[in-house]
Amino acid sequence: MKKRTLLKGAVAALALAATPAMAQDKTKVGFVYVGPVGDGGWTYEHDQGRKAVEAEFGGAVETVYVENVPEGPDAERVITQMALDGADLIFTTSFGYMDPTINVAAKFPDVKFEHATGYKTAPNVSVYSARFYEGRAVQGTIAGRMTESNVIGYIGSVPIPEVVRGINSAYIHAKKVNPDVQFKIVWVYEWFNPAKEADAAKVLIEQGADVILQHTDSTAPLAAAAEAGNVIGFGQASDMAEYKDGPRVSSIIDNWAPYYIARTKAVMDGTWESTNTWDGIGPGMVGIGEITDKVPAEVKAEAEALQASIASGEYHPFTGPIKKQDGSDWLAEGETADDGTLAGMNFYVEGLEGEIPQ
Amino acid sequence: MIRLDKRPNPSKAWSYSTPLLAVLLTMIFGGLLFAALGKDPFVAIRTIFYDPLFGQHAFFYRPQLLVKAAPLILIAIGLSLGFRAGIWNIGAEGQYIIGALCGAGVGLAFYPTVSFIIFPLMVIAGALGGWAWAMIPALLKTRFGTNEILVSLMLVYVAENLLRGMAVGLMKNPEGFGFPGSRNLAQYPSATSWISQNAGIHWGVVFALIAVIFAYILLTRHMLGFNIRLAGQAPRAARFSGVNPTRLVLFCLGTSGALAGLAGLFEVSGPAGQVTTDFNVGYGFTAIIVAFLGRLHPVGILLAGLLMALTYIGGEIAQSQLQLPAAAIQLFQGMLLFFLLAVDLLTNYRFRPKQGAAA
Repeated sequence: MKKRTLLKGAVAALALAATPAMAQDKTKVGFVYVGPVGDGGWTYEHDQGRKAVEAEFGGAVETVYVENVPEGPDAERVITQMALDGADLIFTTSFGYMDPTINVAAKFPDVKFEHATGYKTAPNVSVYSARFYEGRAVQGTIAGRMTESNVIGYIGSVPIPEVVRGINSAYIHAKKVNPDVQFKIVWVYEWFNPAKEADAAKVLIEQGADVILQHTDSTAPLAAAAEAGNVIGFGQASDMAEYKDGPRVSSIIDNWAPYYIARTKAVMDGTWESTNTWDGIGPGMVGIGEITDKVPAEVKAEAEALQASIASGEYHPFTGPIKKQDGSDWLAEGETADDGTLAGMNFYVEGLEGEIPQ
Repeated sequence: MIRLDKRPNPSKAWSYSTPLLAVLLTMIFGGLLFAALGKDPFVAIRTIFYDPLFGQHAFFYRPQLLVKAAPLILIAIGLSLGFRAGIWNIGAEGQYIIGALCGAGVGLAFYPTVSFIIFPLMVIAGALGGWAWAMIPALLKTRFGTNEILVSLMLVYVAENLLRGMAVGLMKNPEGFGFPGSRNLAQYPSATSWISQNAGIHWGVVFALIAVIFAYILLTRHMLGFNIRLAGQAPRAARFSGVNPTRLVLFCLGTSGALAGLAGLFEVSGPAGQVTTDFNVGYGFTAIIVAFLGRLHPVGILLAGLLMALTYIGGEIAQSQLQLPAAAIQLFQGMLLFFLLAVDLLTNYRFRPKQGAAA
């Protein structure tokens, strides 16, 4: 054990030796992406946020990014390398970067880290995420109204609470407007894999789904829906507007730009603190993309009214009475879910079929 | 006019120099590619090949090179034995996963016991897991004559699904707030493969070097090694000289499976730390390239593994410092194999002016 502590000291010394590179005028902001910047979804929107930071601060800030970084030891190396190269602030934008971010942060106490969608913080590590489930409520409403086969297909990525929350929220609101609705869920266990996503969409369509919801990052499910015809889908993480004339009827848009600008500003001003941010439609971190003409006017109005009531805080997407899948009570009449339960959500609500993989 | 003549024997001189020539050609054409992308090709090449070794932060990258190369070398050594004998194990990725699961399973079962015996048990479990997974295509081949390429490859997908099941189910960290992924073995001193995290030394690095030495002795000094080479180069002669093909298949697939399993165990208990849904990142497939890049020779594989690791790490630096797209780096790595296969022509053929053309 003693040997280990000594070695830790050695690394700290090395990290300190590397600090002259950080003593520069420009604030350097690094981004680590799980997919390619051209994925048209999750990573694309984070990169839009990076560009917004550049546009906001001009010459005062330099941004760098590395794309397609696998979650695990490779991520730890890439994050370390950014810190060594003098980054002052590093955004790690996938759930699987959580432990690597914490590990690197421990070695570079002067560098600030921001990890998306995780739950571990440190004095120099903040976490941030968006209340995507608020968007799912709007999406579920449209999906429930639009389906004719009453079968809605859902492509799940990795079974973490964030994804489960999305499924529950979409289902509750689809069911509310269409009691006969049924969800079919396929898990692909990856965030970005166009081939698998397309396969999953095709399987769901074959099983009778005429609405496809996705929690994966690529446009492949929309392409599959377009190919099948008569199937609608939604943009995920990004507007995916190129499918507007095809299957895409609306979208959930992650808008990271204001947050990234604010956090960069905080580092420049020296006011950065470790925080836990979870914003939704109200503050603008979650946006709803244009609802196209395919959607009847009254459905569109209904969806927009729901969006407005969530934004104002008047309505919470998880408002009782809601039972869990096993029939036990979760929320009583009028009761709303607390953030703690939502953050660790690992159960389906009543009516959903199948099990969360575990 | 130029004519290609097949050499009676592959040229020794060329077989040593073609890998270097391939690297050189990759640098030239990769440089052109980077120039076409608007980056200074000399800076890009220097960033990829020089900076990780001798640049400002080399103290960090050199150990990382070992961490990245160790699993590649360990797996490629195993694969090369089979490839020499004409036995094609394409499923090392699956054996890598199963080795990791078996080894991690043992470690997690003992948590939080402190004992020096835990890690050796994990090593044995990892090797056995990889071996057993490779025995499936081996037995199917020797019993029913199935194609080991297909069976071993298909088993990768089975292993991936097992991995996901484990990461979200049985091996999930009970203190992980319902998120998938096991406890972190790297933070469990009795079960970690790290020897020195800062020097990039874990037991996988040590085993990779031992594997190189053993494979070298096996191939050059041992009857079994001779039989392996014979079976690959002259299958008929091998049969006449009494080589038992069944035993050879079991040995080659078993050894490569066990080594891949070990690589998985060392990775999961060290650099990766956790069983996660996407624990495998393709080492089992990249090792095939490493095996061929290294001419199926143990020392060659050692060098090829380090070179491959260098292009990964240098590629990442080039991405973040020069903002080269990831696709350009992958293209660059692809070129390396492409040119190696292309210049192989020189090893097996020679150019001759066409006779009569001069007259």
